[in-house]
Amino acid sequence: MTEKQRIRLWSFSLFIGFFLMWEVLCIVLNVSDLVLPRPSEILVTLWTKFPILWPHILQTLYSTLIGDSALGVSIGVALGVLVGTSKVAYSVAYPLLVGFSSIPKVAVVPIFVLWFGSGTTPAILTAMVICVFPIVVNIATGLATTEPDLEDVLKTLGASKSEILWNVGLPRTMPYFFASLKVAITLSFVGAVLSETVASNRGIGNVMMTASSNFQVSLVFAGLIILAVLGVMLYALFSLLERHVTGWATRDTEIAIT
Amino acid sequence: MTDAASTRRKAVELQQASVIFGIGDKAVTALSPTNLTLDKGDFVALVGPSGCGKSTILRLVTSLITPSSGAVLVGGRDAAIRHLRMGMAFQNPTMLPWLTIEQNVMMPLKIVKPFKQSYRQDRKGAFRDRVHALLGQVGLGDFSGHFPWQLSGGMLQRANLCRALVHDPDLLLLDEPFGALDQFTREELWQTLQELYLDRKPTVLLVTHDLREAGFLAQRICVMSARPGRIISDEVVPLAQPRAIETIYTPEFVEKTQNLRALIAQVRA
Ligand SMILES: Nc1ncnc2c1ncn2[C@@H]1O[C@H](COP(=O)(O)OP(=O)(O)OP(=O)(O)O)[C@@H](O)[C@H]1O
Ligand SMILES: [Mg+2]
Repeated sequence: MTEKQRIRLWSFSLFIGFFLMWEVLCIVLNVSDLVLPRPSEILVTLWTKFPILWPHILQTLYSTLIGDSALGVSIGVALGVLVGTSKVAYSVAYPLLVGFSSIPKVAVVPIFVLWFGSGTTPAILTAMVICVFPIVVNIATGLATTEPDLEDVLKTLGASKSEILWNVGLPRTMPYFFASLKVAITLSFVGAVLSETVASNRGIGNVMMTASSNFQVSLVFAGLIILAVLGVMLYALFSLLERHVTGWATRDTEIAIT
Repeated sequence: MTDAASTRRKAVELQQASVIFGIGDKAVTALSPTNLTLDKGDFVALVGPSGCGKSTILRLVTSLITPSSGAVLVGGRDAAIRHLRMGMAFQNPTMLPWLTIEQNVMMPLKIVKPFKQSYRQDRKGAFRDRVHALLGQVGLGDFSGHFPWQLSGGMLQRANLCRALVHDPDLLLLDEPFGALDQFTREELWQTLQELYLDRKPTVLLVTHDLREAGFLAQRICVMSARPGRIISDEVVPLAQPRAIETIYTPEFVEKTQNLRALIAQVRA
């Protein structure tokens, strides 16, 4: 067994062990399923309610992906490029950006509800606002710290500003971009769900809210499991993309042993 | 000869160009006011003690920096216009780490006219063959698909040279291009460079610490004083080209390099 396989086996056992523990403790301590349902119960609920839950899962994914990927990333990259390529813009705008990004984004949900009413729009916007700042800050930092030596190579060839951006600035910034994207995608997922709990009649956030007021505790936990799985899936998706695009930055060197 | 005609013949001209880095107390004079002229097709070597401003002169010519005083003309116009096609091998081989050696060497063809117009069609065909041929000539044929961090320092330097040559530049600026190589590889590459030069006759400005290299390759050798540098000697190498590698072991050649060596020893003191 290789080191990698051993690590996989361990983390798999830990995963199973966690739920087994939970199940056993609930039975032994005789915990009421109104407080903490057993994993087996949650699984059953998940299975039987899945047809009802499915549209809500899609709804939450939709809000997150539209808010995060489509809006947040494009606005974030555009602003980041704007701030990062000009020394002046960088020094002027950076403090403001840091200020904005330290506001707890949850606090803007009521404002969005006030402006756009309840529904999908606040969820999308919350997801966007949450992911836009880390992306702007990281793209700007990546561009502003690009080694001048690398740019000089293209400058001597008479390259235009945009050619330098495309061939040096942006590729060089990709590791920063993905680092922020992986954080942003999980955060904005949280944002979308939160906004659904506050102001929507669709989405997993809303399902959990309703279930909790009806004391359908195992459904609340089923919602949690779904969120965890979705979060991991989104993270994994972007990690995969990252490995594909920024493999050069990790320098996996293998040494043959003969 | 008229003034206009002589201007047209000039590839590079430094007119009392000086460079001062920093301001106030921290100011460092990297280059005293310097005059230097290269006619089209000249091969000039620039030698001098470390830190005297050789790389600075190359950065002036490529317009990566502007002179603190004086003027720098390339092809008879302000260097900032970059109107000659330039190839530069930097002192540190700065390969873009996310591209393979092949992609790195091909970069000039993506940026420089007229190659960039047909880059999309040719990058998998004619351009690729061209890059592979060059890499083969410097002994890197098997490494075109590798990433820069998978190559040794000397190999990177050879790839760096290929990138400076790939787009048939009219003006070639080489900053110690063979510094990290062993004597045999070095002599081999001198001959390769000489062939390439005699074939197309670009204007070449070569910075080097190796006096034999300067004497073997160049038609003129300019010696710089210690920092803040200026050119204190500008001599013609009275040997016809092409030169055989054995030339550098003849008594006349050795004597010539000895004289240069004595001169540099003197200016360092
Ligand atoms: N960006 C910079 N900022 C401040 N000082 C600089 C900068 N670049 C070079 N210098 C100074 O200018 C002087 C000349 O540098 P330059 O790189 O031209 O030397 P060089 O002749 O190429 O030396 P070497 O043979 O060691 O490469 C050096 O003394 C250095 O301290
Ligand atoms: Mg130098």
